[in-house]
Amino acid sequence: MAHEAASAIVAQDLSKIYKSGKRGSAGVRALDGLSFCVQPGTVYALLGPNGAGKTTTVRILTTLSKPDAGQVSVAGIDVLARPGRVRSVIGAVSQHTGAVGRLTGEENLLMQGGLYGIRGRELRQRVTHLLEVFGLAEAARRQARTYSGGMRRRLDVATVLVHRPAVLFLDEPTTGLDPEARANLWAVLTELTAAGTTILVTTHYLEEADQYAAKIAIIDRGRMVAEGTADELKAGLRGDSIVLELDSADGAERAQKVLVEVQEVTASTVSGSVVRARVADGRRALPAVLGGLEAGRLGVRSVTVARPSLDDVYLHHSGRSFRQAEGIAAA
Amino acid sequence: MNAIRQTWVIFTGRYLRELYRQPAVIFIALLQPIIWLLLFGALFKDVSRIPGFGTGSYITYLTPGVVIMTAIFGSSWTGMSYIEDMDNGVLDRFLTAPVSRGALTAAMLAYQAVTTIVQSAIIIGIGWATGADFPGGLAGLVVLISISVLIALAMAGLSNGFALLTKQREALIGASTTLVLPLTFLSGAFLSLRLVPSWIADVARFNPVHWAESAGRIAVQASPTWGTVGSYAGFLAIAAGVTAFAATRAFRTYQRSI
Repeated sequence: MAHEAASAIVAQDLSKIYKSGKRGSAGVRALDGLSFCVQPGTVYALLGPNGAGKTTTVRILTTLSKPDAGQVSVAGIDVLARPGRVRSVIGAVSQHTGAVGRLTGEENLLMQGGLYGIRGRELRQRVTHLLEVFGLAEAARRQARTYSGGMRRRLDVATVLVHRPAVLFLDEPTTGLDPEARANLWAVLTELTAAGTTILVTTHYLEEADQYAAKIAIIDRGRMVAEGTADELKAGLRGDSIVLELDSADGAERAQKVLVEVQEVTASTVSGSVVRARVADGRRALPAVLGGLEAGRLGVRSVTVARPSLDDVYLHHSGRSFRQAEGIAAA
Repeated sequence: MNAIRQTWVIFTGRYLRELYRQPAVIFIALLQPIIWLLLFGALFKDVSRIPGFGTGSYITYLTPGVVIMTAIFGSSWTGMSYIEDMDNGVLDRFLTAPVSRGALTAAMLAYQAVTTIVQSAIIIGIGWATGADFPGGLAGLVVLISISVLIALAMAGLSNGFALLTKQREALIGASTTLVLPLTFLSGAFLSLRLVPSWIADVARFNPVHWAESAGRIAVQASPTWGTVGSYAGFLAIAAGVTAFAATRAFRTYQRSI
């Protein structure tokens, strides 16, 4: 327990079932015994497809929702026993915006600060500073509904920082943003962690977790399937990936069917015209793979043997490619 | 103390600003009642000649009724604003901050009170311009407006609670349209209860809309029976308190459902 006491976030055996509303049906198990700890001053990324339980986890940690079983603490406070105290030390940005559209960016921040009892010059100084840090100083007096997607997201994060929370929860903060807007937001978030803020972030972008998170948890169907730094996760995978680019998406589909028959290939996924195949040893497997494709008369544009990516990690642990899982969840 | 401050912050920092930027909200809600006032006023002009009707002109009779009708129509939609807040994440932001749930309800009701005061005053003005008589003077009108605020608060609490429980626009629209019109017609808003079938008069006795329009109509008369006005107002205040409490408790149910 000693290491847990020092953690900024502790989740233990979280379970949550959503009742389906239909009589006699079991409901949807959103979380199934999820546990993890987050060290203070770090970025922790929850990775997983839609429906994996990311949002449910964030909702429980931010006092919005209660688990059916399990324990949670944030900044050393028991979330289930003292939700009111937790609320004063966290900042939470949900998937949707959260800004009041008819208020200006500045007014949104002023109202938020007022709710925490911050007033007068102190409040004005904090708001002005945050608007500057987030590059919103010029747009401060414009109504939030006129903001671009990237500006809105920055306003959302700025808004929940007025009271200087110790722990920040961001549910898919960068979804729908262009790469530049994503990089801008991450630059600010990185500075925040340097100043001691703990950040729990959920994301669809594997690259983002790879680049910015100190630790990554891959969750699927409400369970933790892997946890570690990006390097640990990749190193934990023995073997290589063979990445094949084919002439067309149709070709890629057929190539995957061929690869299923190749003994060296342990798993494979298709994304557009690209097929990724997991093999124990890239150099040895390559001839067999190419031989199989040749026999199937499939036109291969390029072949690369690569070290594992996070997508491979995901594939290995969940038996599905990240993108496939997204597709299944969306259907 | 904290909850009162938070109520003030949300009421002034959000609702009054939104209203100031979109004053049209007040007037759009007035279009329908004004049409009713002018149309019914003309259509039933001669109703007041029926023996036993009581008041002088029909427009004098009708105006307090339309004031109350406007109040319940407008306030039955307030839950819509919660549903919008749910959809765009504003409600989650409030609920994850240490904001008193009572303050969320109170700020919304304060906003509803302000819009109801403005709307009632406008309806009274139009009634007066088309020939309605208010022998009770300013005091009577102030009481009429206060009564309209009470029934609006009771209705707004109901609407907010319902929105938090169902989370659906369609459900709220359905409930509002099924509830509001019958409540209005099962009262003396358009016709003296002496002239309606006795079962309607019986039902009306238990109808808060009837309490409100009766109290309002009595208050603007030359020598009002304040005792009756006071007891109706008391019932309405209790109704408003109960629905406000229910709406605040509905936040818990909402959180359990997400």
